[in-house]
This record gives sequence, C-alpha cells and structure tokens, in this order.
Amino acid sequence: MSLPGNLLYSKDHEWVKIDGDTATIGITDYAQNSLGDIVYVELPRVGTAIAQFGNVGVIESVKAVSDLFTPIGGDVSEVNVALDNDPALVNREPFAGGWLFKMKISNSSESQHLLKLADYEKLLTEESH
Amino acid sequence: MTTAGTASKRTALYAEHVALGARLVPFGGFEMPVQYSGILKEHEAVRNRAGLFDLSHMGQFILEGENVAEWADKLTVNAVSTMKPFQARYNLFCNERGGAHDDVIFYRLPDRWLLVVNAGNADKMWALLNAKLGAGVTLTSLHGTNALIAIQGPKALQMLQSALDVSLNDLKYYFCTEGKVYGKDAIVARTGYTGEDGFELFVDGAEATQIWRTLLADSQSSGLEPAGLGARDVLRLEAGMPLYGHEITEEISPIQAGLTFAIKLNKPEFTGKAALQAQKDGDAFPRIAGLILNGPAPAREGYKVYLRDRLVGEVRSGSKAPSVNNKNIATALLEKDAATVGTVLSVEIRGARHDATVVALPFYKRA
Repeated sequence: MSLPGNLLYSKDHEWVKIDGDTATIGITDYAQNSLGDIVYVELPRVGTAIAQFGNVGVIESVKAVSDLFTPIGGDVSEVNVALDNDPALVNREPFAGGWLFKMKISNSSESQHLLKLADYEKLLTEESH
Repeated sequence: MTTAGTASKRTALYAEHVALGARLVPFGGFEMPVQYSGILKEHEAVRNRAGLFDLSHMGQFILEGENVAEWADKLTVNAVSTMKPFQARYNLFCNERGGAHDDVIFYRLPDRWLLVVNAGNADKMWALLNAKLGAGVTLTSLHGTNALIAIQGPKALQMLQSALDVSLNDLKYYFCTEGKVYGKDAIVARTGYTGEDGFELFVDGAEATQIWRTLLADSQSSGLEPAGLGARDVLRLEAGMPLYGHEITEEISPIQAGLTFAIKLNKPEFTGKAALQAQKDGDAFPRIAGLILNGPAPAREGYKVYLRDRLVGEVRSGSKAPSVNNKNIATALLEKDAATVGTVLSVEIRGARHDATVVALPFYKRA
C-alpha cells in the first residue's frame, strides 16, 4: 500500500490529516499489519481534552492490547462509531473507513513535532532492518 | 515485537515458515510462527477444513525399559500401567503441593513410550525425569531433533489418508500407530489441541520439510492452511483445554483446573497425592471457571474479577472467540462461591467493570 502524501505521521505509526482546526487520526497500514486482526478499539468520550502524545485508548488484536496515543493535542470531537461493530475496518481501510477519532486542535504549532511522508518512510525502512 | 533474552532455536521447518511469510516469535525457546495469513483466517480454516501446525518445539522424550509404567505411575497423577499398546493418555506431573510441573501426553508403543511435554517446560522436565530415573528405565531426548506436525480439523482425516500406509478410520481418538507418511517412518496419533478431529505426526526432523511441503501441496486446494500458535491458542481456549502457565501452574493444581478425570486418587502412591486428596476432600479451593463477557472489550490475563464489590479472582486466559458467537471468553481462577455456573461477575478492564457470566467449560464443542 502506498502512503498518502497529504498526511502527517507519528513515530507510533499513526497518521494525522489536518483540515483547519480539526485533525483526523488513524493508524498506518504498517501498524495494522503489525497488530494483526483487530478485535476491539476503545476510544475516549467526545469532549475529552488530551495533550499531544497523551494516551487516548487502546487497540486490541486477538493476541495483544496496544495503547493508542494522540499525535496532536486538543479536545476529542468525534470517534469512529463504525468500529464498534466492525473493528476490522482498521485492518481493511487503515487510511479511510478505519480512521479512529478526530480532535479539535488546541495548538496548531504542535504539528511541527510530526513526521512528513519522507521522514516516516525513512522510519519504516529503519524499523524493517 | 519482543525478542528473547537468549538466542532462540529453530525447528526443522523454520525455512518453510519464513517462505510462507509467517510472523515468528520466540516461544518455548524456539522461533515459532504465531501467524501466517492471520489468526482469524487460520482459526476458520481449522474449524471448517483443516490447519497444519509445526509443533516441533514441544519436548519429545523416549522412555524404555521394563519398569517405565510403574515408575511413571509414581510420578504422575493418571494411570500409566493400565495403558494398552498404542494408547495415548493425558497426564500431569505434580509437585508435593499438588501444583503441576507440567501436563503431558504418554504414547505407549510396543517397545517404548513417547512422552510429549510442553516446550516451555522441556528443560525443567528433562532435569526432573533424570533426577528420578531408576532401575529399568532409560530416558532419551528427541527435543529439537524430532519434528511434530499436526493436521487438525474436520477434513484432516481425508487430507492425511492419502499420505499414509495405515487406515485412519481404524485409529481411535487418543490412540496412535506406527506407519509411513509419504514413505517416511512416523508415529501417527489421533490427538490434538484444537477441539477438532485431527492427527499428530512424530517424524524425524530431517524428513519434516518434505512431509510438510507435500501435505500442503496436496491439500491446499481443499482448504488446508498453515496455522500458527496464535490460532492454536484461541482454538484450545474455546475447546476448554488448559494451557500450562495459565490454567495450570506450579501453584494451580489439576483439581483446581477441573482436570479430575486425569487424577487417579485410587493409585497407591504418587507425587502430590496427599495434597490433591486434601484439596478434593476440603473442596474449598479457588478453581478455574469459564466466563463469557457481555461487552465488546476482551478480558486479558491478570484482569481482576469481582462478585459485587468483593475481589474473587483473576483472568488466566482471554480472547475474542469466533466459535462462541464472536463473544469475549475467558478462564478465571475464582473463589468457590463465585465459580457456580450462572453467577454474574464483573471483570475490571482499565478501571471499569464489565459484566461476565460464569459458564460451563468447554465453550465450544464440535458437532
């Protein structure tokens, strides 16, 4: 799967799409593949304030529980309710229907701590060695 | 992915796993495939057709000599001397407190016994058995040199039959035979750890690759899939089978784990007998029970279990269970009064309580 170029990425293998003051967040194809079959996603209530890189919930595969962090701080403005009945959507469409949550961004300058596509691709190359 | 502190060994089938794109993890001292195409796909294949497993990490020991049966009867909880030739029997080695050193299978052959122990306990069991050796008993390890290939699922018999020179229809559950698989010597046993019909092939490590490849090539079009340890763990949990280190440990006895069928308290003596007898008579012990959670969050090992506000135990294994209506199932070690079927308990998951109902094991039984 080729990586979308219009996104920012975190070292935790999450992607961020910024539209004005709203950020949509998901995990990358690499992350979903590493996790394996996803069976449960636990996300915070809408309205919860979380700082950049703070813990927002968990994503669980058949075998393991992994923490989820928000790559950008703010208030949770929406969670993907489609994942309640179909968490495997994250496996099938990590960059589309399998998005996780949206944040109302509190400080847009935080995005400078995220990776651009080329830097994330470099990280993936390093991790696969 | 975590890496083992010590270098992991590789089974004879390591290169096959790599070629099949398996994800390898250290398990029981070996680099083992946790999954190939995905745990849920592999699980589905085993329940509906068949899966092919490399279980060569498990310890295979050979016992020979005229006194093996009476010697083993003193060290284990189940009856060994009453086993017929070619019979297989589940058994446990216990400590003096009744806790389990390991759960094992004895296979009785005409001139020897095959003892299969858990991979993670193989070194411990090797030391323990050697320390207890007596006259008329010799012990040899095939661990890491012999291979074990399992084919498990409703189509396993049909898929395996053409590879064999013996009739699988004549092989009863928990019996074995000596035959040839694609012309190579094998012990073929109708045993397994998935809750499905299936067979286990004990073969020379040098022959394993050819047998594995040919089985896959012959039956992949009929739906045989390589299956890893991840699928195996879900399958065994659904089938209510204990996993050493979870439902049984040095501290959790087979009585507590509900394995009373395997404990022969009428044997004159065996290690742990007094403790197991006292436990059974007192009946006050914490015990393993099955839980079905009502909510979507899986229960995991170590999560606390409550009866109203009282802590009554903890989860020992847990998983999403495709064959149990896709519910989250778990085993838990619970105080006696909390372990009655039908009791509604709660499991603490990240600070929140989630309802769970005690159910009878197994969760899944094949039709």
